[in-house]
Amino acid sequence: MHSFLSRANTLFAFTITVLAVLTTGVFVSTFFEEYRGTVSIGAVRPIVKHMTDFSANRKKNDLGVLQLTLDMDLNPLFDWNVKQLFLYLVAEYVTPANTLNQVVLWDKIVRRGEEARLSFHEIATKYYFWDDGEHLRSNNVTLSLNWNIISNAGRLMHVRANGSTSFVFPDQYITSRTASPKPSGQQ
Amino acid sequence: MHWSRKLISRLLRYAIVISTLLMLWKSLILATNCSQPILVVLSGGYSFHNLGDLLFVTNYPADSIRAGDVVVFRIEGRFIPIVHRVIRVHEREDGYVKFLTKGDGNSVDDRGLYSVGQLWLEREQIVGKVKGYFPYLGLFIILLSNLPLLDRLLLRVVT
Repeated sequence: MHSFLSRANTLFAFTITVLAVLTTGVFVSTFFEEYRGTVSIGAVRPIVKHMTDFSANRKKNDLGVLQLTLDMDLNPLFDWNVKQLFLYLVAEYVTPANTLNQVVLWDKIVRRGEEARLSFHEIATKYYFWDDGEHLRSNNVTLSLNWNIISNAGRLMHVRANGSTSFVFPDQYITSRTASPKPSGQQ
Repeated sequence: MHWSRKLISRLLRYAIVISTLLMLWKSLILATNCSQPILVVLSGGYSFHNLGDLLFVTNYPADSIRAGDVVVFRIEGRFIPIVHRVIRVHEREDGYVKFLTKGDGNSVDDRGLYSVGQLWLEREQIVGKVKGYFPYLGLFIILLSNLPLLDRLLLRVVT
């Protein structure tokens, strides 16, 4: 009745129960939080190239190239239930072939405790901006920054920040190979 | 009481527990419209999924899948589902939509994981969107799942 094992068992079961209740409490306490914020985004020198996409269908598709200027203060978003933020910048546009296109151009993981006031000046996009087709010229593209709240326990929320911006690609392809820097990231 | 009556009574009690659990699981599948509403993370490869975490997944048709969503998908002929993030969406006027996914920690997209010649994910291959998350609870389930019957009834595991 009072053996070491039975005591250990009771203690263990109680600990697990307390942890579960605390975790549920953490989840419930931030259930209605909206995590909104405002950022400033700038699209710098957008151009369009027409190249063979070897990572996809090996046909010639449009490749958009631009630099990004981002400014954001994410400190207000971190509460006790936010473990990390997954930031991602989405380019959204319409083409005659597809009524909705979304391409993630840049992303970043910000953990709690890391520097949350971020400022990037004319950085290259992290991922290639391939279109599924050849319709980027003269296209009006909207850039918006979103964050995925990754909590200790609870909902996986996606929030779009206020402060999206739009730009228009030029109506001519760039054919010179030295016209713009290559994006970093995937091959 | 005769020994056979006791035995039958005991078996019926077990059967009631098991069938209740099974019905709860099936109801959850119906409520979330998803074939795998709860997943247990088996590997710590992904950016925020640690061993033993529980993921809650739903698959409502009206809840469209957009860039940035974390989805569970299964490739043709593969048993184990993958949990990655959508990085590209292209939707046509007729409603046909295709996706490209990538794991957060990876530098390349998932095309190497898809079937040979497959460049995009289609809606049917997506099991659902990850909506919520409970840490470590799955460790207990993983222990439980070592009993073969419970493993099939309760949960699937994900890499």
